[in-house]
Amino acid sequence: MTTPATGAHAHLGSHGDEHGHHPQSFFRKYLWSTDHKMIAMQYLFTGAALALIGGYLAYVFRMQLAFPGMNVPGYGLVTPGKYNALVTMHGTIMIFWVAMPVLVAAFGNFLIPLMIGCDDMVFPRINRLSYQVFLLSAIILIASFFVHNGAFGGAWTSYPPLSAKGAYNLSPLGASLWLIAVALEFVAFLLGGLNFVVTTMNGRAPGMRMWDIPVVVWMIVLASILFMASVGPLIAGAVMLLFDQRLGTAFYDPGRGGDPLLWQHLFWFFGHPEVYVVLLPALGIVAEIITVFARKKLFGYRTVLYTTWATGVLSFVVWAHHQFIAGIDPRMANVFTITTLLISVPITEMIFVYIATLYGGSIRFTTPMLWALSFIAEFLIGGVTGIFLGASGADIYFHDTYFVVAHFHYTFFPSAIIGMFAALSFWYPKMFGRMMNETLGKIHFWGTVIAFNVIFIPLFITGAAGDQRRIYNYALFPEQAKPGLQHLRELSTIGVIVLLAFQIPFLINFFWSLKHGERAPENPWLSNTLEWTVPSPPPHGNFAELPTVYRGPYEYSAPGRKTDYWPQNEPIAPVEEAAL
Amino acid sequence: MSSHSIANLRSVTGIPTARLVTWWVIASEIFIFGGLLVSYVMHRLAHPEWAIAAANTNTKAGAFNTFVLLTSSLFAVLAHKAADAEDGPKAAKFLRLTALGGFMFLTVKGFEWAHEIKEGFVLSSGGFWSFYYTVAGLHGLHVLAGAIIMLVIASDAAKNRELPRVQCIGLYWHFVDIIWIFLFPLLYIAK
Repeated sequence: MTTPATGAHAHLGSHGDEHGHHPQSFFRKYLWSTDHKMIAMQYLFTGAALALIGGYLAYVFRMQLAFPGMNVPGYGLVTPGKYNALVTMHGTIMIFWVAMPVLVAAFGNFLIPLMIGCDDMVFPRINRLSYQVFLLSAIILIASFFVHNGAFGGAWTSYPPLSAKGAYNLSPLGASLWLIAVALEFVAFLLGGLNFVVTTMNGRAPGMRMWDIPVVVWMIVLASILFMASVGPLIAGAVMLLFDQRLGTAFYDPGRGGDPLLWQHLFWFFGHPEVYVVLLPALGIVAEIITVFARKKLFGYRTVLYTTWATGVLSFVVWAHHQFIAGIDPRMANVFTITTLLISVPITEMIFVYIATLYGGSIRFTTPMLWALSFIAEFLIGGVTGIFLGASGADIYFHDTYFVVAHFHYTFFPSAIIGMFAALSFWYPKMFGRMMNETLGKIHFWGTVIAFNVIFIPLFITGAAGDQRRIYNYALFPEQAKPGLQHLRELSTIGVIVLLAFQIPFLINFFWSLKHGERAPENPWLSNTLEWTVPSPPPHGNFAELPTVYRGPYEYSAPGRKTDYWPQNEPIAPVEEAAL
Repeated sequence: MSSHSIANLRSVTGIPTARLVTWWVIASEIFIFGGLLVSYVMHRLAHPEWAIAAANTNTKAGAFNTFVLLTSSLFAVLAHKAADAEDGPKAAKFLRLTALGGFMFLTVKGFEWAHEIKEGFVLSSGGFWSFYYTVAGLHGLHVLAGAIIMLVIASDAAKNRELPRVQCIGLYWHFVDIIWIFLFPLLYIAK
């Protein structure tokens, strides 16, 4: 490939837009690029497209729940089998094909080289391969909608024996395609993660010590390591499940010496750290945004990192809290209750650090800041309701009710969706070279956050009252539901429609600003980190002159300085020192 | 090579990037094999009757293969030593001997499996055989991939090119070797 080899030398002393300095074909530039920024865009747009599909699926099954048996506009009649496929695919897509590619891969790719001051990832071609494998996995997943008997309907957790036997799940081909797609997606993120970790370890700018790395880079790297360590057993488990489906092995078949619980252990050993794989980048994004818009140093940079490490370690010993009623030993349940309650301590500490950062700051309520603040508020609700589910006694009652559904949406929505919008509105000027419209941004923000709460607060109530999950029509299963709560289910569905409708101002804002937005300066938010020292959007090779780092990323409102920010790469000027 | 980013040429940790990433690849592989082996061991402890099935494995062939893999690892070390001394052709020779060991291992494995399949023990014959073929098969794939990559690196090394890669493939080979050290007693000897 021609790409970054010429790097710094070619760019020395030249400024401005350098895109044209070796013209590339459309194919080379947009589809076969090894540039980390272009790969970030590919991940971003693929993830966003799949988010629309995932949202559409949610609309269809929520309509069925609110108005059972209706012909859903834009879909048709929802049969029990189709309902299962819709719910399964909604979960799978939103976690594996939206949250991960956008938060980890898109922003990881875009931010890591820029924030640590280098020209690209250490392995640009492996980076390209990572996206290609990811795209292939997405295509296979979408294709599974169109095969005989349709997409897999055994829930995103894919428990055997339901998932292992075609006779049970009624979509044997869909089930195998689902597994293959998920396994390929894991491979894509392993390749990407290797790049993130090694680039951050070895590719940092001179002068950037461990404690000078911006929190968001730390978080994405730690999320990659968590992913790598947790997904291995599940890759093995996925191969075993595929063999059970296709080759007649007996790993999960209790009749022939296997054990279906084994899958649950392998799945949740991955599944729980996965929550943190999605959460950590969002926490990092929020840390960047609140320090910039509160004009204050992050309160306890090292505390944030210590608590992140503690969270990472603890996340590997909490998985069985998903299995309290799956027939595990009650003594084990006690142990996992304790570890689960323990893991809330470091996360609470982190939220405390963020609130302490805001205290006494001069806060500017820009769109990114609103998203960041709402993350803290909404995630708090998710965390607090988690205490009920983590305690085995309470979980026996709450398990498999809508309370669980509401709880994990209060953790995933703030991480994946609010985190994504926070990051997009904050880094949009750097990514696309234009400013977004603040008014449209705020309309989108308030509409989305209010609608989100309208969806899920009613579900806490129906869940606590006893509504079971996985019921496609409560009218037919009155013993699985609390009667008289249909109006709450309808309210929740109205919330979904409003939420989806409020994405229109965002799409308008996004595409309108691409062409007509105000041109973005290098550093529109007056931020310290290195990505704001290059033109918007950054040219090929990023830095005209590769930077040297002199200080940490959060030196805002430092006493004795004329400006309230202090870029990481600004040399210590003797004049300024004398003025002190 | 044509495409190196500036980032690729930096080494903040002091460990060359290629070696660093090899270690991370090995780390991720440890979790894959770890998950499989822990699952197997838990099942084995719960099913003492699997010892009857396990008695049908060919311990002698397994022991011979252990010897072959360990010997090939010795050649990998000698290749690394030659590469450190900038003696590419010699490193290439030892790498090819290492790969030969890998292919020998796979050949023995092939005869073993052919025999067992003829006896009627296949992937779907029950819990033990499911694990036996899956775990050993995954390991065999790693041996095959390693041996092929080794031959590619050897052809470069023979022309004194890309010598640091000799050490990376050596690290990987030792890892594959160590996995087998776990598999052999667990699959063949444990009764």
